Amino acid sequence: MPDLYEEKLKFLEETANKIRQAIVETLVEAGSGHSAGSLGMADIFTAFYFHILNHDPINPAWSERDRLILSNGHICPVLYATMAYAGYFPIEELKTLRKINSRLQGHPCRFSLPGVETTSGPLGCGLGQAIGMALAAKLDNKKHWVYCLMSDGEHNEGNVWESAMFAAKHRLNNLIAVVDRNNIQISGFTEEVMPLEPLKEKYEAFGWHVKEIDGHNFEQIVDAVNEAKAIYEKPSVIISHTIPGKGVSFMERNYLWHGKPPTKEEAEKALKELRTLKGKIECEN
Amino acid sequence: MLNSKLKLNPNLFEDNLEERPIRDGFGEGLKKAGEENENIVALTADLTESTRMEEFAKKFPERFFQVGVAEQNLAVVAAGLGVSGKTPFISSYAIFSPGRNWEQIRTTIAYNDSNVKIAGHHAGISTGADGATHQATEDIALMRSMPNMKIIVPCDAIEAEKATLAVSKIWGPAYLRFSRNKTPIITTSETPFFPCRADIFWQPPSKKKKPEAVVIVCGFLLYSVLIVAKELSEKQGIEIMVINNHTVKPMDEKTIIEAVKKCGAVVTVEDHQVFGGMGSAVAEILAREFPAPIEFVGIKDVFGESGSPSELLNKYGLGVQNIREAVKKVIKRKK
Repeated sequence: MPDLYEEKLKFLEETANKIRQAIVETLVEAGSGHSAGSLGMADIFTAFYFHILNHDPINPAWSERDRLILSNGHICPVLYATMAYAGYFPIEELKTLRKINSRLQGHPCRFSLPGVETTSGPLGCGLGQAIGMALAAKLDNKKHWVYCLMSDGEHNEGNVWESAMFAAKHRLNNLIAVVDRNNIQISGFTEEVMPLEPLKEKYEAFGWHVKEIDGHNFEQIVDAVNEAKAIYEKPSVIISHTIPGKGVSFMERNYLWHGKPPTKEEAEKALKELRTLKGKIECEN
Repeated sequence: MLNSKLKLNPNLFEDNLEERPIRDGFGEGLKKAGEENENIVALTADLTESTRMEEFAKKFPERFFQVGVAEQNLAVVAAGLGVSGKTPFISSYAIFSPGRNWEQIRTTIAYNDSNVKIAGHHAGISTGADGATHQATEDIALMRSMPNMKIIVPCDAIEAEKATLAVSKIWGPAYLRFSRNKTPIITTSETPFFPCRADIFWQPPSKKKKPEAVVIVCGFLLYSVLIVAKELSEKQGIEIMVINNHTVKPMDEKTIIEAVKKCGAVVTVEDHQVFGGMGSAVAEILAREFPAPIEFVGIKDVFGESGSPSELLNKYGLGVQNIREAVKKVIKRKK
C-alpha cells in the first residue's frame, strides 16, 4: 500500500468525520444500537476501507479481495457507514438500519449485504472465522490479507484464546488482528468487569507479534499494518488504543454509551460538535 | 418381509451377521470424498482416531487440521473455511459438537450458510460405559430446530459411508450422527441411498395382507426393529411396515404420510430423547397431515448412566421387547 501523503491524510480525516456524523444520524434514526464503539473505531475503519484494503465495492465477491472480518458485530453502524461512503451501497440506505426488510441488520448478516464477510454479533467468534479464511488462502496460494477487527471486551470469551493458540500454531502470517482497546464494555470498565491486562504480554505469550498504537492516528494505523505484513513467522495483532465515543464530548470514555443511541436532542448536539471539528480541520489546513 | 429391491444384507437374520462401528463408514466416506474433491478439508478436536479421521489425515496431511480440545474453535475455523471455497468436515463427540459449540454452529455455520459438515460421534445412550456425561441424547433436538441444517442418522457403517459422500456433494450445513459401538451391517454397497428419501425396509409379504402399524426408525436400532417385525410376522401373524428414516431433516414427508395412511398407527424408534427427536418430527407432520396414534420409543426425559450398550438399551426402554410392546400397544389404540 502507498505511504500516506498530506492530501490523503486530510482526506482520511475528513472522511472519518463524515462517517462519525453518519453513525450519529443512523443511530438516532434506528432508535437503538451501539454508539461508543462505533464512533471510537471510525478512524480505523476509514483507514482500512479508504487506504489499506485491496477491495472493489462494485464487485464485493472479487476472489482476490482482502477480507475484513468484524468480530464484535454490535459496532456495525461504523461498518455500514464506512461501506456506504466507500461505495458498497447508497448512503441513503443507512436510514434503514435495524428496520424491517432492511439489508442493514442490527448485527451484520453475510447474506443481507454484499461486502459483509461474515455474520457476527455473538462475541469471540470472528478470529476463528478469520483463521479459517486465512487457512483457505494458504491452501489455495492466494496472496490476499485477512484482517479481523475485535473488541477488547470480547476477550472475556474463551473462544478468542482457543483461536489465538491455533493461529500461532499454524504461523498464519496472512492474518492481522486489530483489537479496539477502548477499555469499556457493556457493564463498565474492562479492568473492573474482567481484567485483561497485560494484554500485550498475553498475546506475545500466545506466540503473536504485537504492536500497540493510537487508534486515532492514521499514520500509526498504516505503519502498524505495514509492519505486521513484514512479519512472516507469526500472526500479528495491533492493539489499538481508542477513545470510546470519540468526537462527541459527552459520549467519550463513558461506558454508559456502549449500548445506546443518542436521543434527537443529543444527536443534534453531537452533530454540531462533529461539524465544528470538521471546520477546525479545514481551518488548520 | 425384507424389501428385496433394496438388496439388503442376505445374512441379516443369520448367526454370522457382521458387525462394525458406524463411525468406520464415516472414515471411509471421508477418505473417498477427499480423493474425489480436493476442496474437502477435515478438522477434529483431539479425537482423530476415535472419530475415524486418521486415514484422511494420513492421506491428506495438508488438508487436515488438529484444533485441539477446543470445540468452539473447531466450529468457527471451519465456518471460515466453508465460506472460502472449502468443504470442511468437523468431528468430535456429539455431546461437545454440536453440544458445547451449539451457538457457534448456529451463528457462524448455519446462519452464514457455510458449507460445513458436522460429524457428531458417540451419540446416544448406547455410548455405554463412559456414562451420561458422554451420551448425547439431545443432539437431534439441538440441530433440528436450527434453520439451514440437514440431519442424517445412518443405520450402519455402509450407510454411513454413503451419507458422508452424499453430504460432501450437497451444498450447505449438515449434521451426521454416529453411534459408538459395533452394530449389525444391515445394508450392502448395492442398497440405494438418497438423502431426504426414507426407504421401506420391511413390508407385508403380499398386497393382500394389510400392515397394522408402521415403525419409523433412524440409526442402528433399525436392526432391533427388523427383528421385531420378523418375529411378529412369523410367530404372531402380525404384519407391519418398517421405514429407515435416516434423513431426519428435511424429512421425507410423502413416504411417511403414505405409510401411515396405509397402517393407521405409528411407532417411532431412536436412541435419543423423545422430546425434540426424530419421533417428534414425525408427530409434527402427522398432526398436520394425518393424525394417527403414535408410540415413541426413546429416552424419557432422564439422563443415562454407565453400563454396557445392551444393558443401557434395555434399562432405558430401547430394547427389542420395548419396541415389540410399543407396536402392540399402538395397534390396540387404533380400535
